[in-house]
Amino acid sequence: MTTLINEQGLRVDGRRFDQLRPFKLEVGVLRNADGSAYIEMGKNKIMAAVYGPKEVHPKHQTLPDRCLLRCRYHMSPFSVDTRKNPAPSRREIEISKILREALEPALILGDYPRTAIDVYLEVLQSDGGSRCAGLTAAALALADAGINMRDLVVACAAGKLGGQIVLDLSDVEDKEGDADLPVAIMPNLNQVTLLQLDGMMTGEEFKTAFEMALQGCKTLYDAQKATLISKYFGKAEPPQQEVQEGPEE
Amino acid sequence: MAIGKKPIVVEQIRKTRMAEFLSKGRRLSGRGLLDYRPIKIETGLIEKASGSAKVSIGNTQVIAGVKVEMGTPFPDTPDQGLLIVNTEVLPISSRNAEPGPPSEDAIELARVVDRGIRESKMIDLKKLCLLPGKKVLAVFIDVSVLDIDGNLFDTISYACTAALATAKIRKYDVANEEVKATEEMVPLPIRTTPISVTMARIEDVLIVDPDLEEEALMDARLTLASDHDDNICAGQKGCPGGFTVEQIMQARDTALVKGKENRDLLKREIGLA
Repeated sequence: MTTLINEQGLRVDGRRFDQLRPFKLEVGVLRNADGSAYIEMGKNKIMAAVYGPKEVHPKHQTLPDRCLLRCRYHMSPFSVDTRKNPAPSRREIEISKILREALEPALILGDYPRTAIDVYLEVLQSDGGSRCAGLTAAALALADAGINMRDLVVACAAGKLGGQIVLDLSDVEDKEGDADLPVAIMPNLNQVTLLQLDGMMTGEEFKTAFEMALQGCKTLYDAQKATLISKYFGKAEPPQQEVQEGPEE
Repeated sequence: MAIGKKPIVVEQIRKTRMAEFLSKGRRLSGRGLLDYRPIKIETGLIEKASGSAKVSIGNTQVIAGVKVEMGTPFPDTPDQGLLIVNTEVLPISSRNAEPGPPSEDAIELARVVDRGIRESKMIDLKKLCLLPGKKVLAVFIDVSVLDIDGNLFDTISYACTAALATAKIRKYDVANEEVKATEEMVPLPIRTTPISVTMARIEDVLIVDPDLEEEALMDARLTLASDHDDNICAGQKGCPGGFTVEQIMQARDTALVKGKENRDLLKREIGLA
């Protein structure tokens, strides 16, 4: 096993224990999609697209009182070290499900009865923490599509490397570390909408890791908001009242 | 080309107007009959792939990744490596694209692009053989379609060519029936740069690089790929309509002229020229 934290307390990629990887967010990157977003988180490169609200196919899935939300998380065959078969794996199907459940509380689905919204996540390159990065991008794409939302959803993981709690695990750290705790939250509503744990932690470690993940989410949340503001209001931060009027399309 | 079951609907007034424009040698977008939309090529963006390229022609966007694995040769070609082209028309790319196994359109796309690469002998497959009959290198080219606005054939073809031409793979040493991977990275054995040119016939007019609206109205489609010596190495006619013999000859000339232009552009963009 390689040393994941050196004597100076720095990680394999030179980060401190509570530091996020460099990230980049963009919205409105695809022409056909109703809403789209792109995220780079470390070496993760993920495209998110939203189609809808639209007619439901197959028809029997229609819900009389609200919108049907569907989510697909998919990895391109070239996104990982060994080529991945393009057919959906069990892992991808599980992630699709929890991502849908993490996004659903943020959407006011009652506003769109008898319709469907499809959220598609395509992982072009995966580098650990792709479900969190994907979720952060999916929330942006939903906002870009103009879907009525209660809040954005933002996700980040914390984990444990040989007794040390660290933020935002990379691929190597995820594979060789001791635990991984992905968390998603709607920060304004203070609701956690995704939580998974893979590995062993004491109660105290869990608390530290959970709080650290929330701190990471906060940084990303600010970036999400800034990305939307710069897309819809230009580079400069607009005065507060203009934000409340909403974008003119 | 319609991806999925639903064709794209174009209003009658646009059809009439397009026919009117084309008869005067112009297109609705303002392009000339033989003009491509802007072509953008970016390579090496997927570090985990041996080679990668993101290509856009107008608003159509695709990304291709090359992966190399060890494989067993086919019994009829024991001394040749394997080349596998696979295309996924992702549901993010259009509201008519559905998730699931590749549709017949996606399979046609992959096979036409495969033919351009294989028949032009772009890659010297014999140099990918490690132990004849036992071990060869298998080159996988996977293409993910991100956004569709017509002419997927050429966009995918250029992405595959650019990804292969810039790929770096591990060098293997063979000694005493043993294959050993070395640290050294080498390019793939590339011999030429195949370039496809896709043309559409609407009424009696031939145009290159049809966009989505033009594809919805085209009567017939023809893709011809050529190598750097102006040999035509792959072709595919599509759609229910036909071409006259004269139109096929005209298409051949166009494919060679535009093919050379686009090859020069591609080589310049990926730093080969």
